[in-house]
Amino acid sequence: MKAKIKVTLKNGVLDPQGKAIEGALGSMGFGGVGSVRQGKYFEVDLTETDRAKAQTTLKAMCEKLIANTVIENYEIELS
Amino acid sequence: MKSAVITFPGINRERDMMMALEATTGIKPISVWHAEATLPDVDLVVVPGGFSYGDYLRCGAIAARSPIMADIKAKVLKGLKVLGVCNGFQIITEAGLLPGALVRNAGLKFVCREVRLKVENTNTYFTNKMAKGQIISCPVAHGEGNYICDAETLKELEGEGRVVFRYAEGSNPNGALNDIAGIVNAKGNVIGMMPHPENMIEPLHGKQDCLALFESLLAA
Repeated sequence: MKAKIKVTLKNGVLDPQGKAIEGALGSMGFGGVGSVRQGKYFEVDLTETDRAKAQTTLKAMCEKLIANTVIENYEIELS
Repeated sequence: MKSAVITFPGINRERDMMMALEATTGIKPISVWHAEATLPDVDLVVVPGGFSYGDYLRCGAIAARSPIMADIKAKVLKGLKVLGVCNGFQIITEAGLLPGALVRNAGLKFVCREVRLKVENTNTYFTNKMAKGQIISCPVAHGEGNYICDAETLKELEGEGRVVFRYAEGSNPNGALNDIAGIVNAKGNVIGMMPHPENMIEPLHGKQDCLALFESLLAA
């Protein structure tokens, strides 16, 4: 089973990297960019075949390591 | 004061820290590899600075899940003193021993220079030889030292006097909330700080402003 995990900074957490990308896009001539927020993307291959169990394990992985829930949100997508 | 210094892969300030501890407390600290399951019998554990696991995922995130950290967490509940410096601050915060998080410097640059620190709390095992409000010089060297936390945690930290060090006016190198450079946990036995006091204790360091911090350990 394959999982796709998206980790993004919570609203209100300053994202200087996103800001720098936003600035670069502007200076390259891309108009109309409101704002850019940078996040992280993970692909996890699981040997688990039970969807519910996989979901529980992935949630624990996100809570305990993949995301820092003080500053980040995560989304799990199971294929 | 018996101490141990933990080394993780990618840590690079462990020798500076060991030298500082030995020079000031007179006892050679025990070097402990992160893969060990149990700590030796010590009063203080120092998590030094560096770039554990190349800062992969998030600074300190992977080191915070090392085997030795479980024993540190268990012993912190029984009163073990812990000092985390720079990457060590990031590691113990990722491990949940301190609230909040350390994120990318607001200016995006790695900052390596001397800053001025204001000692805000002198009632800790690492600052009892200092005067409240005293300004000291201390070097910083980090790319992700921007301390943040939610409003409730900030209120708690400030209300309980748990901000131990603050960057003095005009000295904040990373955009940290309320100029926070170092904090202590509610129980008073876990301190984390971004600056490197171990690099400001000898004449060859240029200044010895941080000597009194280490001397505080003797009275603790």
